[in-house]
Amino acid sequence: MANLKEIRSRISSVNSTMQITSAMKMVSAAKLRRAQEAITRMRPYAEKLQEILQNVSGSPSVSENAYAQNREVSRLLIISVTSNRGLAGAFNNNVIKQVNNIIQDHPNTDIKVLSIGKKSFDVFKKTSHTPGVGYPEEPFHIYDNLTFDESSTIAQSVMDKFSEGKIDKVVIVYNSFKNAAVQILKEEQFLPIVPPSSDKDNIVQSDYIFEPNREEIVDELIPKSLKIQLYKAILDSHASEHGARMTAMHKATDNAGELVKDLKLTYNKARQASITNEILEIVAGAEALSEA
Amino acid sequence: MTLDIITPDESRYSGEATAVTVPGIDGSLGILERHAPLITALKKGQVKVTESSGKETTFDIEGGVAEVKDNKVIILAE
Repeated sequence: MANLKEIRSRISSVNSTMQITSAMKMVSAAKLRRAQEAITRMRPYAEKLQEILQNVSGSPSVSENAYAQNREVSRLLIISVTSNRGLAGAFNNNVIKQVNNIIQDHPNTDIKVLSIGKKSFDVFKKTSHTPGVGYPEEPFHIYDNLTFDESSTIAQSVMDKFSEGKIDKVVIVYNSFKNAAVQILKEEQFLPIVPPSSDKDNIVQSDYIFEPNREEIVDELIPKSLKIQLYKAILDSHASEHGARMTAMHKATDNAGELVKDLKLTYNKARQASITNEILEIVAGAEALSEA
Repeated sequence: MTLDIITPDESRYSGEATAVTVPGIDGSLGILERHAPLITALKKGQVKVTESSGKETTFDIEGGVAEVKDNKVIILAE
């Protein structure tokens, strides 16, 4: 049986780990709230934009748009959205695994991976999948100050590459936020755009005046809706990250608690055993004296 | 009429207004009470809002879209 001092020092080390994990849980809970607020603030804009886009779509220009060209896919860009930090359970691994799956599924395609988030960046920076020139070099800095402007810079660079014909298809892989405990891994087509489905609601379309005209408004709206799509993915992933970390840290705290309980039991058993031993020795000693 | 100015990061204005001037792509555009349904693209410029009290407020935008419908103006700005 391990000696008492050893057990004591293990108990104190587990205890301090437990303090750290529970503090990290609290921090994540606070950050999660803020990340969720950001999603809520963005939602009315996204919904309205979608609504207007549906109102003006139906005109042929949506499918004629530069961002809607369906080309044969020989160069694929994957935007992989992870976090900058670990300790969030399987959060980042899921994304990276999915990206690797896509890479394996397309053996004859030139695949580039644009990593938003250090975790994915570190995995792909030494491979042949680094995006190369023209893309934001260190896009993980976006988490320092997560705003629409920052994300639209990234979106714009990707959209430029697509309209120049340098890439044929773009997909986003990210964790979408369901609730604090559940993240759903999603693979979403970014470019070429999927035309908004507007079959049944289209009939109630109001008789709008279009200024200057339908086509130009569509041209204005499509880039915006693409930027919003990326921004939404990043915000979702950001909220999911904190949710995942919260759950992971909660579990870690629970486990540490159990470990401490076990250790304390062992400690007490050891203590009792040593006391019993001592008594035995004293009794034996006394007995030996009285016999003499 | 009611007016909402929203950006992806926040809601900039929400409330009643009597007149709104927006920088349309083909020139400045004034919207008054009960304007016909309209969708217009906006360029960089200023949105001028006249509130019911007569107070004027301006917002700088980088571009966007405005929709007018049922006496409701929604400006999606950047």
